[in-house]
Formats: sequence, C-alpha cells, structure tokens
Amino acid sequence: MTYNIMIVGVGGQGTLLASRILGQALLDEGYDVKVSEVHGMSQRGGSVVTYVKYGDKVYSPTVEKGEADLILAFEQLEAARWLPYLKPEGKVIVNTQQMDPMPVITGAAEYPDHVIESIERTGAQVIAADALSLAVEAGSPKAVNVVLIGLMARRMQLDKQVWINALRATVPEKFLEMNLKAFELGYSRA
Amino acid sequence: MKKLMLGNEAVARGMYEAGCRVVSSYPGTPSTEITEYAATYDEIFCEWAPNEKVAAEVACGASMAGARSMCGMKHVGLNVAADPVYTASYTGVNAGMLLVVADDPGMHSSQNEQDSRHHAMASKTMMLEPSDSAECLAFTKLAYALSERFDTPVMLRLTTRIAHSRSIVETGDRADDGLKDYIKNPGKNVMLPAMARERHVFVEQRMRDIAAWAETAEINRVEDHGGKIGVITAGDCYCYAREALGDRVSYLKLGCVYPLPEKLIRDFASRYDTVYVIEELDDVIETFCRKIGVSVHGKDVFPLCGEFSQAIVREKILGEQLPSRQTDLDIPGRPPALCAGCPHRSLFYALKKLGVMVSGDIGCYTLGATAPLSMMDTCVCMGASVSMLHGHNKARPGSHQKSVAVIGDSTFIHSGITGLIDIAYNQGNSTVIVLDNSITGMTGHQQNPTTGYTIKGDPTSAVNLEALAHACGIRRVKVVDPYHVDETIAAIREELEHDEPSLVISRRPCVLLKKVKHNPPYHIDPEKCIGCKMCMKQGCPAISFKDKKSKIDFTQCVGCGVCIQLCKFGAIQASEEEKA
Repeated sequence: MTYNIMIVGVGGQGTLLASRILGQALLDEGYDVKVSEVHGMSQRGGSVVTYVKYGDKVYSPTVEKGEADLILAFEQLEAARWLPYLKPEGKVIVNTQQMDPMPVITGAAEYPDHVIESIERTGAQVIAADALSLAVEAGSPKAVNVVLIGLMARRMQLDKQVWINALRATVPEKFLEMNLKAFELGYSRA
Repeated sequence: MKKLMLGNEAVARGMYEAGCRVVSSYPGTPSTEITEYAATYDEIFCEWAPNEKVAAEVACGASMAGARSMCGMKHVGLNVAADPVYTASYTGVNAGMLLVVADDPGMHSSQNEQDSRHHAMASKTMMLEPSDSAECLAFTKLAYALSERFDTPVMLRLTTRIAHSRSIVETGDRADDGLKDYIKNPGKNVMLPAMARERHVFVEQRMRDIAAWAETAEINRVEDHGGKIGVITAGDCYCYAREALGDRVSYLKLGCVYPLPEKLIRDFASRYDTVYVIEELDDVIETFCRKIGVSVHGKDVFPLCGEFSQAIVREKILGEQLPSRQTDLDIPGRPPALCAGCPHRSLFYALKKLGVMVSGDIGCYTLGATAPLSMMDTCVCMGASVSMLHGHNKARPGSHQKSVAVIGDSTFIHSGITGLIDIAYNQGNSTVIVLDNSITGMTGHQQNPTTGYTIKGDPTSAVNLEALAHACGIRRVKVVDPYHVDETIAAIREELEHDEPSLVISRRPCVLLKKVKHNPPYHIDPEKCIGCKMCMKQGCPAISFKDKKSKIDFTQCVGCGVCIQLCKFGAIQASEEEKA
C-alpha cells in the first residue's frame, strides 16, 4: 500500500519546495518515495499540483481521482478543485487565503462564497488555517509553504525532528531560522 | 549513496558517471534540468547552444573527436536537430553520443504532442526509455556503452512524468577512460553520396544487430505472474500498469523501444489469452506487433491523445473506477497567466491599444494570447512569428501597417534571425518586436547568447541585437521600455507607419530574476477609486475587484507602476516607504 499526498495551489506559492521537504523527510525515514512536479507554463500563476507518494514500493508518480489520503491546499478554491482526488476517508488541510484566478479578474466568472463549508458538506475532514498570517508572523508571506508543512507534520506519523532535519537539508541557510519559526507556528497550531 | 533525484538529474548523474565530457543543449520543458544538473559537474564542458541543431552538431563533433557527449532537448527540439541527427546515424560515433529527448504527453508545456519514437525509427537510431530515476541513471550509462559497441548515436526518451518525478537513486563513481584517439576517416565521416551509400548498408546491418541484442537484453524484462492477461509496455506506462494491475497480470517491460525484439514479443504473447499494449501517444509497439502477426489490444481500448494514468489502465482493463466526491460549487478555471509585473503584459497592452494583428511565438509571452489581453493571432513553432509575419504581409499587401511579430530574446536567437534576414533580403516591410527580458524565461531562467553569461555563470560576449539587426539589413531599430506604456505605443505606431522593415526591442528584465529589485507593493485609495476597472484591463493577477473597488494583493504586487498609468483618478498610490 502507498500513502498518497497532493500539494495543490497557485503557481508561485512555493508548492515545489514543500514537496521537496516532504520527500526528503520520507526518504530519511526509509520509505520508497516518488515526488511528481510540474514545471514550465503551468507554473505561471496557474493551478498547480505536486504528488508525493510513499510506502514499501511506489510505481506510478501521480495520484488520481479517489486516491489521495491527504490534500494540502495552499488556496481555498484549489482545495475544492482537487477534492475529487480525495479518498472517502481522506483529509484536507487548507490555507484560508483566496487568490482570484484570471477568469474572476476579467469578470467572466465569480469566486464562489463559502468554499470551505462546501468542502465540509461532502463529508471530507477539513482542517482550515490562516497560514498567510502565520507566515507574516514568522517573517515573510513567502513562508506560507513551510507553515502548511508544519500543519501537516502534526497530522502525520513521522517524528518532529525528521521534519526539522528535512528543512535543514532543503532550505537555504539564510532563510533557515525564519522557516523553522514558520514550521513551528504551523506545527503548534491546533 | 541513496538520493531522491529528479529523472533529469539522474540522467545528468549517469552522464557524469559514464565519463561524459561535452554537453550542448537548448532548453525546453521537460528536458531543461538535464543540462543544468550536468553543468554542476566540473568535469563536463556544458553549454546552452543557440538552438537544437547547433547543439546536436556540437555533440556530434565532440563524439567524433573522441569525447563522450550529450545533447538534450524537448520533443519539438528534435525536429530542429533532425538534420544532423539523421546523418549522424550514418557516420556513427567515435566516443559515445547520447541524444536525450523529453516528450510531453498531455502538453503540460508544449505546442504539440508528438511521439519521438517515430524519429528513432525514421533516423534508424536505437532508443531506450526508462521508467524511473534509477533507470534514468542506469540507462544513460548503458546508452554510452551501446553507442560505442554498435557505432551509433543512442536516443534516450523521457516523458514529463519521468523527467519531472523524483525517486530514489543509488549513485556511483565516475569512470573516465580519457579521450579516444581522433583518426581522420572520410569514408565514415564525410557523407558524400559515395560514402553515404556504403554507410547506409552498414546502418541497415547495425539495426539488425541491435534487434538481435534486444532479444536478450536485460532491460527488456518479462515479469511472469501467470494469469490469462499479458501486458507489453514501457516507460511511465509500465508504472501506471503496475500500480493498477499489480500481480494480476504478466508484463513484458521494454527498456529498448527501438528496435523492438520480434521473438521476445512473439514468445511472450503466445503465453496469454489476451495481450494488451499499453503505450502513450502513438501505436508504435502495437503496429510492430501487428506487422509480425501478433494479435494485441492497443488503441482499440486506449486513447491516442493525452497522458495515461493508473486510473485509465484500471478503467480500460478492469472496468473499475474509484469512488470520488465533489463540491456543489461552480469552480472557475485557473489557467496560467503572465506574472504580476511581467514586462510582456504592458507590451501586449500597448499592442491592444494599437489594434494590430500579432504573429506570435514560443515562450512566456505566448500567454499574451489569453484573456483579457487576447493579443496573439498565431503561434506555431520557435521562430515562426517573424517568418510567418513576412508571409502574412506578402500575401496581404498593405497589412504591414496593422501587424507585428513578437518574439523573445532567446527564441529570436534560436531561429528568429533567419526570418529577419528573409524580411530584409526579400524587400519586406514588417515590424518585428523582440521582447528582451534578459533571460530564457518559460523554461526557468536559462542564460542565452544575449545575456552575457554562460550556463556556468561565467561572463562572456553578448549578442548586440541592435547591431545584429543593422547587419541583417534592417535600418530602423528602436529600443523601448514596456513599463512606459504611452511611449511604447508611440514608438511602435511610428514603425508601423514607415514603409520599411523595423526591429523594436522591448527591453526590461523578467521580474522573477534575482537581480531585479522590486518596489514595495502599491495600494488603491478606496476614496478615489470609482470602480471603472480601467486598471484591470491589462489582466494583472495582483489586482482584484471587491465591493465595487479595485484592490491590490500585497503578496503579488512588485510595484511595476503600469497600473498607475492606466488610472485616470489617481487612486493607485505607492506605499509610504516608496514615497519616502
């Protein structure tokens, strides 16, 4: 069996770094791991998704509809968009930040109201948090990804120190302290 | 040492371990990181070439000179490189020569979905296809040995999910046997018709020899789990099939996808009641099976278009679908968009004001085709904007006053220059705009011949676009800063009105470059904003509209100041620290 995680958000929000930290932590724990990323055009402000899968043996690098154990969403609308990928018993961790997609900016569509309530109504377990405010508290709005990693780490079986080691291995030295603080703010939030 | 490596990174590691010495490539998603990782090894000379044709020729020259070499590209890049590649197949190699080509099923970042295996067949070059990062490394090393053993360039085919997935790799040490002797050998290396005729005979025998090798090669592997169903597959499709079908079926996993092993396939197929060929894009393996009289299911079950997945395999072979849920919301799409502060945005806004036909090209700026700017009429391939505009204007006399080409700095060097020479030489009067953002943007910030730096970050000579245009015979050359909207409009209008060809250089570095300093975010004074939405006409992702007022997202705004020029009511203001 594999455990399947999807990290979804808007291009530019730092989903790639989040998947690398997660992948490193899982490798250190001795799992077989696959991390699938998207580069190129989709990164430019579009809806982006990375897949992280681990277990005894992982074959496919991607996660399909009904397969995700956990969806880590960097933005509300993206959580709703990728919800069909969640397993019946899966969890959604969602940053309450809202970013208007281009069809909303041009007036061709509207950003729906009560997104998180709509996700909850499907029976999915939802953990919502204002990760942007916590990131600003840590020192930079760019640390949203690490706050969310902290929120997720609390809900996974890995030892806290494994996460901190993975952060040390993936984050540039000069941003390390700020990111450790961001991780702690996410981790300690109930 | 165990590492989590991107497929592309593992290919570069394999090159390093195999003693590769010379690399020349042109960036293209999803292949770019192969060459970027290769550049991190001091032992490998590495370069970004102006285009894939040049890159393949550099690799060919290095191979003949006695150094193991590599040229990496995306699938459409292989079309550009096809000319040298098809004849390098005849000359063969001295030291091993590897061509890595990354296909993009599903077109995550490409203009077509072509299947590179056709190029392997047409050029009579063997092709390997790995299924994960460990195989990326192992197959790369094997490819060099095969290249020298069979006297052929070897293609390594990746697809997006293999190139851009990280999986576990065990690394080893570098083995470098040194340069091979260079021996002048016109019969092998000068492809005059008389020599080429003999080499063609050699090539046909070589392909028979490789096919014989493929019958027992370790990388063509049978996984026999009994059962009534056999699956023939390769690359990422093997991963999807294994995940969906597990041990319920048996597999023939092909690591060499050209040439294919006739006897191995025939023997495998004979053991099962039903045999499926699971392959993305075209029916290459399936067609071969039919040719040798083996009955299989393939494209009668699976699609020709798009990327495969375990879900597709599960549905098509087992008839199963996993339960899934969705909200009752109407979820707006989120297509990619030009970044906040992107200099291309204001240039396209200027073109919209001018109401011109825009002959487009390949790069971030292709997003200028999307709403609300919607300012691109055509986009076909690298460099086509310039030559297609010339064709447009020759076909429709007088249209040169209402049409422009837009092309990025790197794309212009790649294959826009030849189009510009065509315009000058053949008495065109088109207006070509080079969007010079000082970097190759879409593929993730690669240096190019206009930036003044090599792939390793060393300073070097830079192409002077103004002087180049003059040397091509273009007398009217103008430089504008696209952040100054009115001046940009005026400059382009003047060039359109002139009855001779012009080159306009729209020069402003990509906002994502580290050297570009951002201004503090701007904000909108709700007292002054009347909700006219003028500032939103350029489609900046940092500006949204809530409660009848525009609002700037501080996490995205880089303070480019273009929106200030569009607001007639002075509602958009610099932050306090900016004023100070």
